[in-house]
Amino acid sequence: MEFLSPKNLNEALKFKSEHPDFTVLAGGTDACTLINSGILKSKGLINIYGIKEIAEIKENGDFLEIGALATLTQIIENRLVSKFLPVLAMACKTIGARQIQNRGTIGGNVMNASPAGDALPVFLAYETKMELLSAKGSRLVLFEKFYAGYRKTAAEADELAAKFIIKKCDDKERFAFMKVGTRRAQSISKVCACFRQSSSYKIAYGSVAPTPIRCYVTEKFLNGCKTDAFAADEAVRLVRQEVSPMDDIRSTANYRRHVAGVLLKRFLESV
Amino acid sequence: MKRRIKLNNGIINADADPIRRLIDVLRYDLQVTGTKDGCGEGACGACSIILNGECVNSCIILFGQIEDGDEILTVEGLLKDGKLSRLQESFVKNGAVHCGACIPGMLLSATALLNKNLKPTDEEIKDSISGNLCRCTGYGKIIKAIRECI
Repeated sequence: MEFLSPKNLNEALKFKSEHPDFTVLAGGTDACTLINSGILKSKGLINIYGIKEIAEIKENGDFLEIGALATLTQIIENRLVSKFLPVLAMACKTIGARQIQNRGTIGGNVMNASPAGDALPVFLAYETKMELLSAKGSRLVLFEKFYAGYRKTAAEADELAAKFIIKKCDDKERFAFMKVGTRRAQSISKVCACFRQSSSYKIAYGSVAPTPIRCYVTEKFLNGCKTDAFAADEAVRLVRQEVSPMDDIRSTANYRRHVAGVLLKRFLESV
Repeated sequence: MKRRIKLNNGIINADADPIRRLIDVLRYDLQVTGTKDGCGEGACGACSIILNGECVNSCIILFGQIEDGDEILTVEGLLKDGKLSRLQESFVKNGAVHCGACIPGMLLSATALLNKNLKPTDEEIKDSISGNLCRCTGYGKIIKAIRECI
């Protein structure tokens, strides 16, 4: 297996365009498990960890820009994130444990494209835009259009994730990140979710479909009515229809469908 | 691939295949065997080391991801002038070591915590070692040993 270590972003993009079939290695917390076990058979690796140009977290007017190579720890400890998008830090805090958070990157969580990626429902609920870069240039993709199917992304073979652009949350909005796993640290989600209530409801889940999903039918229902206990029950019923979970090593479809409703109910009761 | 790195208290030259796991370079090539190989997939924390100040799992870092000048601290590096660190002494005093397999990782996770946080709460101590599994279930004494170092 060939191993390429670009020195900067331009070189990384050049390597990716010359070797579109090579696997990109960021923190390696997902990729290395597959490489070490022989599951990932790639001709080569492009190690982009540490490329500073795409690791920054900054403010840009009403938006927060999070570099794809920002580590989960950087996000958890970042002042701008805790002020303008605390729910993202809450989600990152549930990924792995300290060692994984210190090494794993937010771009890795996205590009790994697992339906159980814990940061992904947050990006969906916050209508994130994602910048993809290649040697040819850059383009913006709506995060909700990024996953084309199970572990399929809209990124071309020569593209790298560069940053995530997210509107800062407003002072009055209510939000929650919830995750159900076997234990608090080091567990992969059975169900995870990000809920928001600002001018309207936004409901996003992970681990309950082949990709992370927004639940538009349930949102539309909640946005069109007064949210009392009766409406909450109806929203729970709708959301259980909207998710399409499956049985796997971590949980069952029935349990996931049930819990998806319970989490929404808890959020609606808290707002 | 050659790298010149700081390992514990000395500067060393390492030469290995970039695809080789960092833990294998440490244990087999450099014969620094304090770091233990557990699950091999970043879940158990036995292979924890401190890389440039951050606690990480050395089983899911490839040697090719190490740069010249990187600083690696393993359990061997906690020893200063032949003396155990305060944290190690506290583990001994509190009987926090049972089979011992998780202990190098526990010590490094706790060292990383205490380097950044002089007064961690119990919750912060538990959080810092939540990626280190002890199957003798000796967490109570481990937490007490860390707490007594504050």
